[in-house]
Amino acid sequence: MGEYLVDIKHEKLSFFTPVGEVKALNDVSIRMKEGEVLGVVGESGSGKSVTAYSLIGLTAENGKIMGGEVNFNGHRVDLMSEKEMRGIRGKEISIIFQDPMTSLNPVYTIGNQIEEAVRIHGDKSAEEARERAKELLTLVGINEPEKRLKQYPHELSGGMRQRVMIAIALACEPKLLIADEPTTALDVTIQAQILELMNDLKNKLGMGIMLITHDLGVVASMCDNIAVMYAGEIVEYGSADDIFYNPKHEYTRGLLKSIPKFQEKEYSKLVPIEGQPVDLLNPPKGCPFAPRCDSCMKICLREKPESIDFGENHYSRCWLNVKDEYSGGEKS
Amino acid sequence: MLKYIVKRILMGVLTAFIVATLTFFIMNLVPGGPFLSEKAVTPQAQAAMEAKYGLDKPLFMQYLTYMGDLLHGNMGLSIKKRGFTVTDIIGNKFPVSARLGGLAVLVAVMIGVPLGSVAAYRRGKTLDNIIIVFSTAGIAIPSFLTSTLMMYFLSVKLKLLPSLGLDSPQSYIMPVIALSLYPTCYIARLMRSSMLDVIGQDYMRTARAKGVGTFKAIFKHALRNAILPVVTYLGPLLAALMTGSFIIEKIFTIPGLGHEFVSAIPSRDYPLIMGTTIFLACFIIMMNVIVDIAYAFIDPRIKLK
Amino acid sequence: MEKKKNLLSFQLNADDFLPATADEKESLVIMRESVGFWQDGFRRFKKNKIAMTAFVIVAVIMILAFIVPLFYPYAYEQQIKGSERLGIMEYSASELDRIAAGESVFPHFLGTDQNGRDYTIRVLVGARVSMTVGIIASALILLIGSVYGAVAGYFGGNVDMVMMRIVDVLYTVPDVLIIILLAQVLKFPLQNLSKVPGFGWITALGPNMVSMFLVFALLYWVGMARIVRGQIMVLKQNEYVTAAKALGATDGRIIKKHLITNCIGTLIVTTTLQIPSSIFTESFLSFLGLGVQAPMPSLGSLASNALNGLQTYPEKLFAPAFMIFIIILSFNLLGDGLRDAFDPKMKK
Repeated sequence: MGEYLVDIKHEKLSFFTPVGEVKALNDVSIRMKEGEVLGVVGESGSGKSVTAYSLIGLTAENGKIMGGEVNFNGHRVDLMSEKEMRGIRGKEISIIFQDPMTSLNPVYTIGNQIEEAVRIHGDKSAEEARERAKELLTLVGINEPEKRLKQYPHELSGGMRQRVMIAIALACEPKLLIADEPTTALDVTIQAQILELMNDLKNKLGMGIMLITHDLGVVASMCDNIAVMYAGEIVEYGSADDIFYNPKHEYTRGLLKSIPKFQEKEYSKLVPIEGQPVDLLNPPKGCPFAPRCDSCMKICLREKPESIDFGENHYSRCWLNVKDEYSGGEKS
Repeated sequence: MLKYIVKRILMGVLTAFIVATLTFFIMNLVPGGPFLSEKAVTPQAQAAMEAKYGLDKPLFMQYLTYMGDLLHGNMGLSIKKRGFTVTDIIGNKFPVSARLGGLAVLVAVMIGVPLGSVAAYRRGKTLDNIIIVFSTAGIAIPSFLTSTLMMYFLSVKLKLLPSLGLDSPQSYIMPVIALSLYPTCYIARLMRSSMLDVIGQDYMRTARAKGVGTFKAIFKHALRNAILPVVTYLGPLLAALMTGSFIIEKIFTIPGLGHEFVSAIPSRDYPLIMGTTIFLACFIIMMNVIVDIAYAFIDPRIKLK
Repeated sequence: MEKKKNLLSFQLNADDFLPATADEKESLVIMRESVGFWQDGFRRFKKNKIAMTAFVIVAVIMILAFIVPLFYPYAYEQQIKGSERLGIMEYSASELDRIAAGESVFPHFLGTDQNGRDYTIRVLVGARVSMTVGIIASALILLIGSVYGAVAGYFGGNVDMVMMRIVDVLYTVPDVLIIILLAQVLKFPLQNLSKVPGFGWITALGPNMVSMFLVFALLYWVGMARIVRGQIMVLKQNEYVTAAKALGATDGRIIKKHLITNCIGTLIVTTTLQIPSSIFTESFLSFLGLGVQAPMPSLGSLASNALNGLQTYPEKLFAPAFMIFIIILSFNLLGDGLRDAFDPKMKK
């Protein structure tokens, strides 16, 4: 087993659609240690979910990994057959989805669906599975587990259902939990509860969490490291502190400016990022963010910026950093 | 639940009553009568016959008499089949049609549902294309063509199967195929499109993420969700096939209810027409209630009220 | 610091770091052209080879059924003495004499029937009758069903309750009963009506065909009404309906402008799929002798008549049978193609 739980190296992934090849991931590298919480941030279509899905083998049928490696816990996930993959899914990696309203099968009881997850991996009897299901419901903070097990998804609230989804995900005590926008579809008060629950569970069970979100506020509270994605690339990666206090990419700065800050006395205006995300069918040859970037320079339109390190655990792809260095170099 | 069923049955009785009333008046207001075609009958004899069946009374009186008898479970005597009560005729003919039709529905479901599911699961692949081609062709052949062509090749040319009646198990083969071809193909198409819809749902992704295998994902998680449109179609289908298809019964000379009913119309066998119509109406209504109940059992989100 | 600069494999100069102009940025944005609902649908439809093939076949059959009979050498009711019961491409004795005499005689591709009528033209006219019935009946069903369903679905409550119970009753009445009785009721009035100037077309169609249309209009629209009602029930929950109401739009306007427009895709598809099903019903009825009146042929009646001579002249059954099959199949495939192209639910 390698040093890392997750080690994605230069992954390229494309979707083949009737209109052409959509390059959804373009040289994405991600590393996660055991028990680490990584936040993956970006807007819709930036490739954050695709990265996570390729790790658990749930990429849509027309998606194909075109290069790089996807390692998980010592397995080359990208080379595994569907059957081998099935042995890992739900056992070593689990996932919870954005919309708890539609992610549970409406025609089976909660109990049935949790017990199924318990029994797929391992050889528990029906009774043991039921006991385990009760245990799991208690773990995710649901009262009266006996009663809940017999209920159908439509009889539970959204927050409750997301807790059930978490219970299903935890059934086999996975090493990694992928949370794909777990709070987006929930009310704000419930969002906080679910995040708190995930934080507690991480501390109790010691699993790694890959938290995918478009909301920087969500990752701030619980992530060790943060990867900012744009147009199928990781444009900046660093510790939570680096990203929040020392951002090195214009897109990250833009995201930070668009978070409301209520603590500040003076109400600073929210600054939206203008424009539309790029069309990955026709990716631009320069920096993908260039058309929307306020500090865009001539070179940004022409050449792709390479990754520049700022210490051990912080890198970014932006020509501004090169410019700073270049001009900084001239001055000194 | 019980309240709902009772309510639906009461509604059904009302519907059947309206159907009976409508049929009674339409049937009697149409020019012609049961004894007109028999030319040899003298006017006196005809009057006597009409008096015997109460046809000489004013129409509204006839209606009241009929409805009164109906309430006592008496559907009267057949005019053309002397000596038989309508209840007897239905009692004799319905089981024949019901057995044949029930068998055809069973075949249609047993073949159509798996075919459609497999096609959806293998969408875009060769197997899917084969199933699509056959099921689309299958709903383009009227059953009278299937039966005549089968009769021509299997009975007349190759002499493999008996062409008439329902006396042996083999004699069921052709009528059942003829009856079930269309519904089989229709169910396969219905199942395929609803299965495709379900496969794209989020909970199917959840099942995959749990590590559920393909077979179990399709037959446990998807099937129960995807089968609802098929169940909806089963109500009218059961009603139509089990009450007897006139065409099939005519072609294969099967003594079923469908044939009996259609022959009764031109000969104006009023009691038989009325009795069969009311029976058919009740049967259709009953099938629809059963389908609704089955629906609620399959999908817990549906509340019967 | 030095080390990192070496990573850059190309030469940099100060000009590269000048701010880019808005135009330069603009030129980089390649937007996919936006396409409208119909445009998008037609594009998808044109790409669907099966549906396009079906479309071409429907067009060819239309030409064969509606245009070719206009200048075909034989008429469908024309009885050629001495040419009864000919097989495929056969000539009667008198026709052979005429050929021997140097005259050219148009061949009977499919032979003739027991009355000496050319079978090819009968099959073509039969296809015309079946298609006419299918299309007109579907139009009637569309009109009645969609209006009825829209009204029931839009008003809901007790109106819906009563209207849907009427649908239940119509659904429960045996259709054969109504068809047979109605055909008898209408026979004489229609014959009288056809003598009134301006109603001569009734004779051309035959009273049976007119009563068949009436039966379609009376009975078979219930399926369409149910579909439209279901759609309207969903659509009327939409905000734009509330917005239109708030602006004071009348109920009629809302149904017409907002609701029907929004389920037009479903209506087109359901109607296209209704055509084969109407043709189906027509061929059943004609097969039973309840359809069009002799000498007017329909595919169903041709198939029915061919049963007696099946052993000797199987082609007399196969020809109309194949015609029915191909018409229904291509309309079904056309409908499927339209659904794939225009039903928003099918978009992937």
